[in-house]
Amino acid sequence: MMLERGLTWFLRIYIGVIFLFIFTPIAFSIVFSFNSQRFPTVPLGEFSTQWYDTVLADPDVWQAALTSIIVSVCASAIATLLGFCTAYSDYRYSFRFKGAYLALILLPPTIPLIIMALAMLAWFSKIGASGQVWSIIVAHSVLTAPFAMAIIRLRLNQMDENLEAAAWNLGASEWSAMRHVVLPFCKPAIVSAACLCAAVSFDEFAIAWFVSGLNKTVPVMILEIVTGNIDPRVNAIGSFVFVTSMTLVVVAQIFFSTKQIRKSAGETG
Amino acid sequence: MIDQLLVFDKVVKRFGDFTAVKEMNLSIGKGEFVAIMGPSGCGKTTTLRMLAGLEQPTRGEIRLDGRVMNDVRPHERDTPMVWQSLALFPFLTARKNVEFGLRMRGMDATKRRDKALLWLDRLGMSEFAERDISTLSGGQKQRVALARSLVTEPPILLLDEPLSALDAHLVIRMQSVLTNLQRELGITFVYVTHSQSEAFAMADRVVIMSQGEVAQVGEPKDIYRAPANRFVAEFVGRNNIISGKVKSQSKGKVVIDAPSGTFSVAATKSAVPKTGDDATFVISADLVKLSVTKPKSENMIPATLISEEFIGSVVTLFLESADGQEFKVQVQERELATLDLKSTKTFYLSWPASSAHLLTGA
Repeated sequence: MMLERGLTWFLRIYIGVIFLFIFTPIAFSIVFSFNSQRFPTVPLGEFSTQWYDTVLADPDVWQAALTSIIVSVCASAIATLLGFCTAYSDYRYSFRFKGAYLALILLPPTIPLIIMALAMLAWFSKIGASGQVWSIIVAHSVLTAPFAMAIIRLRLNQMDENLEAAAWNLGASEWSAMRHVVLPFCKPAIVSAACLCAAVSFDEFAIAWFVSGLNKTVPVMILEIVTGNIDPRVNAIGSFVFVTSMTLVVVAQIFFSTKQIRKSAGETG
Repeated sequence: MIDQLLVFDKVVKRFGDFTAVKEMNLSIGKGEFVAIMGPSGCGKTTTLRMLAGLEQPTRGEIRLDGRVMNDVRPHERDTPMVWQSLALFPFLTARKNVEFGLRMRGMDATKRRDKALLWLDRLGMSEFAERDISTLSGGQKQRVALARSLVTEPPILLLDEPLSALDAHLVIRMQSVLTNLQRELGITFVYVTHSQSEAFAMADRVVIMSQGEVAQVGEPKDIYRAPANRFVAEFVGRNNIISGKVKSQSKGKVVIDAPSGTFSVAATKSAVPKTGDDATFVISADLVKLSVTKPKSENMIPATLISEEFIGSVVTLFLESADGQEFKVQVQERELATLDLKSTKTFYLSWPASSAHLLTGA
């Protein structure tokens, strides 16, 4: 009894410490982003939004943000579509070399990012497509599709194996069954996967740095700022990136973990 | 003879090397309630899935109302099914589940809504129409599943062990819901189950399957009293099965020499064994008389009590004869009170020749 209690408390403290390690630097970054002093020192200076003002006044930042948003939205859409198709083909069919097919799909996250980035760069310059926005989109789609696949596949596992057959049995063609049964069933996972892919793409630096050329994304720009000098603008941009990613991840989590608690009383149509 | 709605003509279904259904011949009439019963893996569910178009027969023909159905796609048939898992759409309300079939047929929204509500009402579910599926109880889900299948007014309804997930008391209630519905609608029900009580309670005819073959087709009471072969006799209820050789036969009676004694059995028209042939007969446990004093009867055997099984008003006693043959005897619980089970060493089992049934198949 005592031992169990002790263990419980130990685990609680352990988790607390882990969160502390992860979030303290980020918290500091956010705190310093509102600090009037140029260098991150204690005691803090006055509260100020000057770094945010500087950032917002910088057209380069706006350009990078726009690129990042376009890339993450497009990459997440493509990755989710690819992820859904592969998850469904794995769920529904069995065929020869299916093991190899799945291994190939799940491969990208296992390759070190830097190697993948170099390979992408080499390939894109070979076909004369480096430095384009869409080349970052392609690269990020490849990188994030496995995550989408994994999330959607988990959801399909929860689907009654007769659910699709039940739809056919009631007069739905295969396409109708897909549209009216499989997709609605997977909707929480699809939204969740899209958010997660967008978050990964929005944060991703290595591939974007190699492939982006002049179309800098936000993480690439941050790196360029910090290589020059210590600039508190980084704290401001970093806070913005952190909040964006966290929002996407939280939304993904909400969609993935809540069951269909839908009070549909009174709903019509 | 009723009109044939459904015909299985030498239907074979193979999965690789495994033959799930072997040369099946079966006709089912319009408005008939047929139960297909058998142990798991006997091919009953495969048969039902072939009817729904979810499996294609390897050979043979399935005809529905004269039309060959072999290559008709599932969604082009009007053979709705009630699934064992129910397979209700969890993201839709009860009403929208019921509407699904109508929606796929392109019926407009208000019409299909009215029709869905009508069917939910018919099954006593109107107050739950707008509820989420996950908030309904097992019995309520069952009714939604039934309404969903019947809303398109099909000529036939397929049911795949629909009551297996329900509590015992709900099963009894749903059985009467199903039989009443079937009678009112006058459509054909094909009901797959492994439960003898469900099949016998509801069906006009029962098909017993074993290892992909039809072992017997008949009305419940015929199957119960006159099993066609050993498999059916063992599968259905509490039968005592005794094998031996034919010693003699005369005046409609066959005398069989078995290790546990000599018994006389009423001959049937279909089974006329010759002297010296192997023969097997069954005597149903509820037709065996148990007595303490030696009775005068054409079939009598002494036995000792091994164990008893109490299931309510009826008690099953397990006894053993001198040669080790096990006998099951069913006795009314109140009748048992008059017997002294503890101190009696030997009981006498007896039955008239007319109660025993000679098997045609081995």
